[in-house]
Amino acid sequence: MHIVVCIKQVPDSAQIRVHPVTNTIMRQGVPTIINPYDLFALEEAMRLRDKFGGEVTVLTMGPPSAEDSLRKALTFGVDRAVLLTDRFFAGSDTLATSFALATAISKIGETWGKPDIVFTGKQTIDGDTAQVGPGIAKRLGLMQVTYVAKVAEYDGEERTVTLERRAEGGTQVLKSSLPCLIAMLEGTNEIRRGTMADALRGARAEIVKWSAKDAGVEDLTKCGLKGSPTIVKRVFAPSPRAEKAQMIEVPEGASLADALIDDIFKRQPNLEPDLTALARGF
Amino acid sequence: MIDERFDAIVVGAGMAGNAAAYSLATKGLKVLQLERGEYSGSKNVQGAILYADMLEKIIPDFREDAPLERHLIEQRFWMMGESSHTGLHYRSDDFNEEKPNRYTIIRAQFDKWFNKKVQEAGALVVCETTVTELVQDAYGKVIGVKTDRGGGQIHADVVVLAEGVSGLLGTRAGLRKIPKPTDVALAVKEMHFLPQEVIEERFNLKGNEGAVIEAAGTISAGMTGMGFIYTNRECISLGIGCLVSDFQKSGESPYTLLEKFKKHPSVAPLIEGSEVKEYAAHLIPEGGYKAIPQLFGDGWVVVGDAAQLNNAIHREGSNLAMTSGRIAAEAIFQVKSRKEPMTASNLALYKKMLEDSFVMKDLKKYKDMPQLLHVQSQNFFLTYPQLVNKAMQNFVRVDGTPKKEKEKLTMKSFTSARSWAGLFGDAFRLARAWR
Repeated sequence: MHIVVCIKQVPDSAQIRVHPVTNTIMRQGVPTIINPYDLFALEEAMRLRDKFGGEVTVLTMGPPSAEDSLRKALTFGVDRAVLLTDRFFAGSDTLATSFALATAISKIGETWGKPDIVFTGKQTIDGDTAQVGPGIAKRLGLMQVTYVAKVAEYDGEERTVTLERRAEGGTQVLKSSLPCLIAMLEGTNEIRRGTMADALRGARAEIVKWSAKDAGVEDLTKCGLKGSPTIVKRVFAPSPRAEKAQMIEVPEGASLADALIDDIFKRQPNLEPDLTALARGF
Repeated sequence: MIDERFDAIVVGAGMAGNAAAYSLATKGLKVLQLERGEYSGSKNVQGAILYADMLEKIIPDFREDAPLERHLIEQRFWMMGESSHTGLHYRSDDFNEEKPNRYTIIRAQFDKWFNKKVQEAGALVVCETTVTELVQDAYGKVIGVKTDRGGGQIHADVVVLAEGVSGLLGTRAGLRKIPKPTDVALAVKEMHFLPQEVIEERFNLKGNEGAVIEAAGTISAGMTGMGFIYTNRECISLGIGCLVSDFQKSGESPYTLLEKFKKHPSVAPLIEGSEVKEYAAHLIPEGGYKAIPQLFGDGWVVVGDAAQLNNAIHREGSNLAMTSGRIAAEAIFQVKSRKEPMTASNLALYKKMLEDSFVMKDLKKYKDMPQLLHVQSQNFFLTYPQLVNKAMQNFVRVDGTPKKEKEKLTMKSFTSARSWAGLFGDAFRLARAWR
């Protein structure tokens, strides 16, 4: 079995500092981490490999420094790491990113064997869109299952997987044909600590680095800023709310609900006649 | 167990470990460096001042890309009274030289850079890996390390212990004793962020110039200790440390001392309006020459803080760490090039080379100082600073008292606090320890 896991290097949100003077986010010097949601995808992929055999290839797109996150994935015990890095990819939105990753996954398939499963995390902590996984599935024509909590069964003969998917109100048990894309939900497993051998291998492994050309991207207009229809109009920090929580005095024996309603009407004088009028209208 | 064998395993990626690993790797040895933190620097705490000369001997062109904060042009010593300080300032434009002598640094960034150089030199660096014990053969020779990772035993010809001040591995292996509370100080520090221009205005600096304040006196509440204020580019490092044994005895807590230091009227205006972004604590070896443990043995050497190499009087630690790391690497290389085994008798070369360097010479010079300051801490850190500040006030304040009487008052305040014999004795002891 060949599994590809897409990960992203993101700023460690726990350590982001706001510049005390300019109030902007200080990106410089902020440590980067593997997007926490992707760790669940990595672990689930390695569990499948350990049980049924095969290889796990981890893929990321980013600046050359994204190599750090791949090296870390290698120390967890994945078999191979590919870094998609090219200035043409700079400024990609989710559309351009899923195009680039889908193309690279095809190339990975040509080079090391067609993937049976592509894993992603549910979403990233810096973009929060949850669009790239489904975008890849659509472009590659893969079955896609999102919010997956567990891969319960794998049938190599029949070429299917049985998945547990968290949904509102319960867990769905779904069967999908392969190949498919699985977006893993958080809190579903725990990333392993690689062995000493994994750690040594990760520290010295050659990371495969692909440019747009290497990955087989032909149409550069679909990449980076050019290929990104999303426009960020403005970034702003929300101003803190001035209102403070208050305790309402409820006289002994009085109704809490009445006291609350009275207080609300006192603060919003127009609300009572409006509501009364509305009630009469019915 | 890992089948692969290394020429040397360096435990730790602080100043000493990085210097050792870098020097070994550049000499062509097969080096594995193990660090328990997420990356080199993530757990390393220092004031911090970098001494250029000692790094130049390892990486001559470090100024090209090392993350340096400010080069120091001014040094202030403050003898602190309750609401005053008597100071000595030295500032010189000579320090605005092409290759400045001292810099402030932020270790999290600096060590990351240093470790990158180690990797570029060819050493294999594995982080997030704790060495749990030294592997010894039947004769006690160190032949490798055990880590907290699965299948984590690795063998090497020699293990360089750069594990830091606590020296747990060496202690666990029975190679040394854990440092005594009288030989280590506990220091706490905070990083106070302020706009660059505010720092420059408050400390009378421009561009990348930096200033340093070392403070001693009433701030340590009679304990052997010192405070410091270092200017970085956009923040001020401020901290205080005292001997662990003194903390034990007095029952004072380090953070209360730090809070008092920050509120001192001489200090408060310097950090006013700042935002605290970091709080860190660290043990500092202060026992000096007499506290240095066994430095080498069969299959191992110990460097840096782990070897208690720190000059508390001159506030020098990282340069002794770097130098001991470099010298250990040179000694190991010499033994290896002679194709001889890493036995204690061969590795004794490390100690000999260290004794010929400034490291041991400096520590030897002050060998009696830690003991003197410790025993006399009430006098040196409380009584004298109070007296000096009182004398200065008496000298400066104009209130119609005839000068002759003022002199008498000052003399009297000294002799009533400490007898003539005591005063002369202290001066004599201090001079002898300094010599």
